[in-house]
Amino acid sequence: MMSDHVIVAQDLRKMYQMGDVEVHALRGLSLTIDRGEVVAIVGPSGSGKSTLMNMLGCLDHPTSGSYILDGEEVSHLRDDQLAAIRNRKVGFIFQSFNLLSRATALSNVELPLRYAGMTAAARRDRARASLSAVGLGDRMTHKPTELSGGQQQRVAIARALVNSPAIIMADEPTGNLDSKVGQEIIDLLLNLNRDSGTTLIIVTHDPKVAAQAQRIVRIKDGVVDLEGA
Amino acid sequence: MTFTQVLFEALESLNSNKLRSGLTILGIVIGVAAVIAMLAVGQGAQDSITGSISGIGTNVLFVFSGGNNDVRNVRPLTLRDADAINDPFAAPNVVGVAPVIQSTREVSYGGEKANTRIQGITPEYASVRNYKVVEGEFINETHVLGRASVALIGPDTAEKLFGRREGLVDEIIRIEGQPFRVLGVLESKGGGAFGSQDEIVMIPMTTAQTRVIRRSTDRVDLIFVQAASAETTKQASEEVAQILRIRHRTEVGKDDFTIFSQDDFIQTASTITGVLTVFLGGIAAISLLVGGIGIMNIMLVSVAERTREIGLRKALGARKRDILVQFLTESSLLSMIGGLIGIFLGWLIGVIVGQVAAANGTPFNPSISLDAVLLATLFSTAVGLFFGIYPANRAASLQPVEALRYE
Repeated sequence: MMSDHVIVAQDLRKMYQMGDVEVHALRGLSLTIDRGEVVAIVGPSGSGKSTLMNMLGCLDHPTSGSYILDGEEVSHLRDDQLAAIRNRKVGFIFQSFNLLSRATALSNVELPLRYAGMTAAARRDRARASLSAVGLGDRMTHKPTELSGGQQQRVAIARALVNSPAIIMADEPTGNLDSKVGQEIIDLLLNLNRDSGTTLIIVTHDPKVAAQAQRIVRIKDGVVDLEGA
Repeated sequence: MTFTQVLFEALESLNSNKLRSGLTILGIVIGVAAVIAMLAVGQGAQDSITGSISGIGTNVLFVFSGGNNDVRNVRPLTLRDADAINDPFAAPNVVGVAPVIQSTREVSYGGEKANTRIQGITPEYASVRNYKVVEGEFINETHVLGRASVALIGPDTAEKLFGRREGLVDEIIRIEGQPFRVLGVLESKGGGAFGSQDEIVMIPMTTAQTRVIRRSTDRVDLIFVQAASAETTKQASEEVAQILRIRHRTEVGKDDFTIFSQDDFIQTASTITGVLTVFLGGIAAISLLVGGIGIMNIMLVSVAERTREIGLRKALGARKRDILVQFLTESSLLSMIGGLIGIFLGWLIGVIVGQVAAANGTPFNPSISLDAVLLATLFSTAVGLFFGIYPANRAASLQPVEALRYE
């Protein structure tokens, strides 16, 4: 059943009502991403880039169009069903890390598994393995405030990986980091992609980051403007 | 997530802002403590009052004139009424009748003066009201016939006049300036619902009529009637009523007298204290309500503060229900912890009130019933749930996209 395409989006449209004005954030966008691919999504502010990321990450419904993620049509699912899809198939990495400040690195990484209904022991093992994979095996009981920015983003990457998702959505993963640490994070993500074959989608402003992807998708005015290596 | 996980996470979250959680809990603590303390004091008052009424004797009826607002030309009760009630053929269930006239008069001994209740009584009074003397003897028929200047004094009155309770027989006290020989000292009956029963002076009925209270006719203030047993009190009451209706020629349903039994007193007192308890409890419940609004306020702030966290949790796969349960658990934990501390504090207040009352000479035992504890626990948890629903629902309904973007 599973194709080589992990993402098949066709004619996605998203319209927001802002007061009396209808804002068309996506205007019939179609995009296909292969399993194991590293794709950078770039585009100016207001291009519909963030909206696209929300759609691909199953955080929001498209107004119309079809979106098949990992062989499953998800464009018409209810909120709770979308939550379950996110839990199983999508790993998120955010610009501002979005870690729970009062919880340890280990608890932060465990969080998605809690919502998956996994037992405590199994959670712990998976979270430990995931943290070790990002090189934080010795920082498990530290809280985010005791970690550097790069380390915090590594915790976030471990959290994104922990449920073995079909895709990892990274939204400006280096935006809050200096260029050296940012490059370390990108290297880590690329290594993980190489080792585990997880599809990686990076939304970024930074041309240097985008250049390291296998494919760059440029978004403009709610449609794909240009695709290229 | 399992229940323990949810609970643990809620505790962790409450723990991360101790001062705020503490203050919110305090609101509930005060509310619950107030409810518990008020119910305990109310229950204690009820127990104490019914207890002292029970001391009157189970089979005694109180007969007094009036008591019915619709009846005019109320005829006073007289000694002849008392004699008529004492008729074994008309009232077979009545075993003793004791008419009383009473008033407050000045009693003095040496330099000590006291305004005391004076009762003019007959010898039957001892058996009907179950009075005993600790020294000396009770008023007898000879004293009544001879209008003797003798008096029985209650222990509290003895204390006031003489500063002691023994060795008082044959002392001379003055009532309204007239000399009376102390015949005996009454046994202590303790405080009652109608003032102290120990602060009293009893003199023969005839003496009271002619020289102290001075009633021109043979009217009396009160007739105590003793029924043969507790079971026959009702029949005795009916017989007494029948006799008095005939003697007073009252219209049907318009009795110009009232007969009260101990049960009536207890019922009346229970009604009064019951209303009091509900009233106090109601006021206390309002403070619990205010505490609940405090919870709602704090939960709303907490939801607003943690919007990004909620967005993140949703992005990671939390369903609407997960978020709802998380916040409801936090709010009900707040109210439940508050409730438990409140119950303890309320119990403590009850005990202290009891101690203070005991120290002031009023034996009074605030009692916390299991009902009150259950009620307070349920009510406070319900308050937490109820006032948590709106904030929790608000949190659960957040769209992940917007919540993540929230600054």
